[in-house]
Amino acid sequence: MTAAQYLKMLDEKLGVSGNEKDIQELIKKLFSQFCDTVEIDGIGNVIGRRKGTNNTAPSIMIEAHMDELGLMVSRITDKGSLNFITIGGFDPKVLPGTEVTVHGKEKLFGVIGAKPPHLVNDRSKASKIGELCVDIGYSKEETEKLVSVGDMITINTNYTELSNKIVAARCIDDRGGLAAILRTLEILKDEKIENEIICVATVQEELGLRGARVAASHIMPGCAIAIDVCHGESDDVRDDAFPCGNGPVVTVGPNLHTKFTKMMLNQAKKNSIDIQLEACSGDTGTDAWEIQTAACGVPTALISIPVRYMHSNYEVASTDDIEATAKIIAFTIKELKDGECLCF
Amino acid sequence: MFMFLKELANLGAPSGFEDSVRNFLKEHAVADEIYTDSIGNLICHKKGAGKKVMVAAHMDEVGLLITGITDSGYLKFNALGGIETAVLCSKKVYIGEKKIPGIISAKAVHLQTSDEMSTPLKFKNMYIDIGASNRSEAEKKVSLGDAAVFDGEYTPFGNNLVKSKALDDRVGCAILLELMKETYDSDMYFVFTVQEEIGTRGAKVASYNIKPDIALVIEGTTCSDVYGSMEHNQVTRLGDGAVLTAMDRAAISNREYFNFIVEIAKENNIKLQIKKTIMGGTDAGAIVTSGTGVKTAVLAAPCRYIHSPVSVMNLSDYESLKELSKLVCKNIERSGL
Amino acid sequence: MELLKKLALCTSPSGREDGIREIIKEEVKECFDEIYTDALGNLICHKKGNGKKLMLCAHMDEIGFVVTYIDNSGFLRFGNVGGILAYNSINSRVVFENGTVGTISYENKENPSNINLSKMYIDIGATSREDAEKKVKIGDMAVYHSQFYENGNRAISKALDDRAGCAILIEAVKKAEKSANDLFVVFTSQEEVGLRGAKVASNSVEPDMAVSVDVSNVGDTPASLELNLKLGEGPAVKMKDSSYIIHPSARRYMLDCAKNANIKFQLEASSYGGTDTGAIHLSGNGVPAGTISIPTRYIHSANEVIDIADYKASVELVKTVIETSAEEYLQA
Repeated sequence: MTAAQYLKMLDEKLGVSGNEKDIQELIKKLFSQFCDTVEIDGIGNVIGRRKGTNNTAPSIMIEAHMDELGLMVSRITDKGSLNFITIGGFDPKVLPGTEVTVHGKEKLFGVIGAKPPHLVNDRSKASKIGELCVDIGYSKEETEKLVSVGDMITINTNYTELSNKIVAARCIDDRGGLAAILRTLEILKDEKIENEIICVATVQEELGLRGARVAASHIMPGCAIAIDVCHGESDDVRDDAFPCGNGPVVTVGPNLHTKFTKMMLNQAKKNSIDIQLEACSGDTGTDAWEIQTAACGVPTALISIPVRYMHSNYEVASTDDIEATAKIIAFTIKELKDGECLCF
Repeated sequence: MFMFLKELANLGAPSGFEDSVRNFLKEHAVADEIYTDSIGNLICHKKGAGKKVMVAAHMDEVGLLITGITDSGYLKFNALGGIETAVLCSKKVYIGEKKIPGIISAKAVHLQTSDEMSTPLKFKNMYIDIGASNRSEAEKKVSLGDAAVFDGEYTPFGNNLVKSKALDDRVGCAILLELMKETYDSDMYFVFTVQEEIGTRGAKVASYNIKPDIALVIEGTTCSDVYGSMEHNQVTRLGDGAVLTAMDRAAISNREYFNFIVEIAKENNIKLQIKKTIMGGTDAGAIVTSGTGVKTAVLAAPCRYIHSPVSVMNLSDYESLKELSKLVCKNIERSGL
Repeated sequence: MELLKKLALCTSPSGREDGIREIIKEEVKECFDEIYTDALGNLICHKKGNGKKLMLCAHMDEIGFVVTYIDNSGFLRFGNVGGILAYNSINSRVVFENGTVGTISYENKENPSNINLSKMYIDIGATSREDAEKKVKIGDMAVYHSQFYENGNRAISKALDDRAGCAILIEAVKKAEKSANDLFVVFTSQEEVGLRGAKVASNSVEPDMAVSVDVSNVGDTPASLELNLKLGEGPAVKMKDSSYIIHPSARRYMLDCAKNANIKFQLEASSYGGTDTGAIHLSGNGVPAGTISIPTRYIHSANEVIDIADYKASVELVKTVIETSAEEYLQA
């Protein structure tokens, strides 16, 4: 399957942080095609292991998070509409005018309406989350029978090809990363690899890297590559952003292992895969930050897919960048061998 | 039963680009004479001996107009009609006749300054991403002056509600199609107007040509019966029936006509509410002052979140509106107007 | 409500839990097979059982004030131990572990609405630094000086956060007719300064399922924040706060227990706050964990208010948790 096909398949499943069941099941199934064992740990991370040919070679963990942003019902109003809180860092400005699904006793269609203009006190201020409601078209009594506080709300979108390379989807962050893992496994399917490959889809990244922290501390891999997204460049975003379609972004800095990262960069160069470089002086804000210091420490590298409009209803990215990510990781794994590059 | 409404609501026809709706209406209209005037209004004449009555609904919906293409291939746009800017960001639209998909976008939340975070987006802060990597690639798909409409299907939900991007005023169009099937004593003109959302421009031309004695405008209207809204601010309420306007910024209803409609609703047990604001305006504003003046009234269905991609209506209000409009038209000869 | 009163009035801010720990140990010594105190001061009580390891916890510590400087005139400058709010503290009385009482005031050339803790001080009635140092030293801690009041419906006191949770655990353990799990009841330390006790306690207990009992804010007072909880509607099962989101297994377990306890209960989903559950669920290879919230007004003030019926229903709920095996929920 192509990276785009994987992305579409993954994007169609839901997995709001803390309620990753739908996406978890799909990933378990997909990992099983390429792994010897697949397990789900206590917090919900999916961990697939593919044995290596050499027991003494360091294992490599390739990791992306499976959770996505969402909303949660916090209160039923006297009109029967729903107040909500956000799961993860949503921009309240993208929510008015959005169609949603409320996961109550049954799946309920709803809309987030804009506050009527004549009721807005201060036109110069954007709506805050607490001022918005989901309207599911029922009275308070009817709503109370169907919806409970704590129920999930997801945004209704559909995967859209804007051009043959550029796609718009709900959560390329980080289903794009998972698609890259699956493509990596597919590329390496018939290759003999010395190292055990441990592919991990983590939960609750958007709530503070919680799944990765748990996963890395009990897996204790020999090294790890985290795959996440970074900001894509657009007309109003030039700084700290990277054009979509010009290749994935490899990050260098204290959060990442220098020699391991260098090896990865060399592999990209050797195989003529375009990449972009990013330097980060501290916290990369990704699972790599937790993985590096988990248990007795893990040499970690980070590769990111540029995504425009991160954390909005529609994120936009190039599927070519996902494919290139998979290729770089596959070449890196082939080159890892006894892990010489992991030493200082 | 609501087939016309559903099909009409799913068509994309912003002001000035009403062709798809006009074609649909032309196909389904039942009248002695059907023609399109110079500005694009569709006029369906059902001949009768009585007074000349014009029943109007507008075909256009709010949308966006492509006003620029940037060097990097993004589209700049402006409003076609009174669109609420707060609802635009991160929505999917279809652009032009080829229905090119695009996403209305703005800077990601992480990259905003705290001022940007708390300030509502304006047109100048947003652009449409069609996945083009530069201007020439974008120009192959889209031209300046193309119109964009919101994505989103007509969707029934909740307790007898429907959601659509264009209830205002496909509600009126659907009702007119149904009214046309009836017989009347009056000389009936069913008029589907263009360009209501940008200043009731079609209605002005149509009423000048037709010179009606009496006019009835069928609309979708504002409703804010939502959480946090005090009773007097709700304008109209979903489920409380058809809406009759006493006065808005553009027109004052003829008093006898107004009372006549209230009487008819009462006699026939049809739910009717009076609009609780004088804001806004409809085609009635253009009709009432045309020629030597026209006795005009506005009947509407309440729509929550109007002028957004997710406006919401109660189907029972649609029924009330249809029944009441029909009875008004049938009885207008005995009204003494 | 004698037990709650006794616990609430004990002076034991974070890191100085000795007083409260002794009282609790005395209360529960008959109920467990093994009771020990770990390096961070958690009181860990183990009642051996077959099934899965179930860890129940409530934190013993309370917010307080730590003396950072004593000036020549005998006024004490202080820092916060946990979430002390300046506007709740002005003109409040505080009491030190040795019984010394003081009142908090502020540099009054400042507009009180701009006040932060660095512009505030404690007046213990000392006439000079030397006089002050006879009673208080730098590093000593104080807590709000408060009385316990109850009128049959509601209780008002300091430190109901989380002595109410501690009292509920103790009463439930005593009332439980059986224990369906390998039960660990942990009275944690240092919650108010960042869930520190719970983190190490869960590392040593290694639970399969955990439930903490803590207080939570309500939205039932005049023009309050629009929160879902109300006093008197029963304890809440917490779905989310800023520290955790409930695991599906824990959610099923908690909701079944709440239904089977035959009590009124509420649901809570909040963007604010955090409890021991936040630290516990990330320990080991991840622990399904839930929280029982006691609806509480004016949290982190000298006068927190709870509903006594909520308190009693919480005891019933915790009792049901103890009596319900977590095993089948963990398998699903």
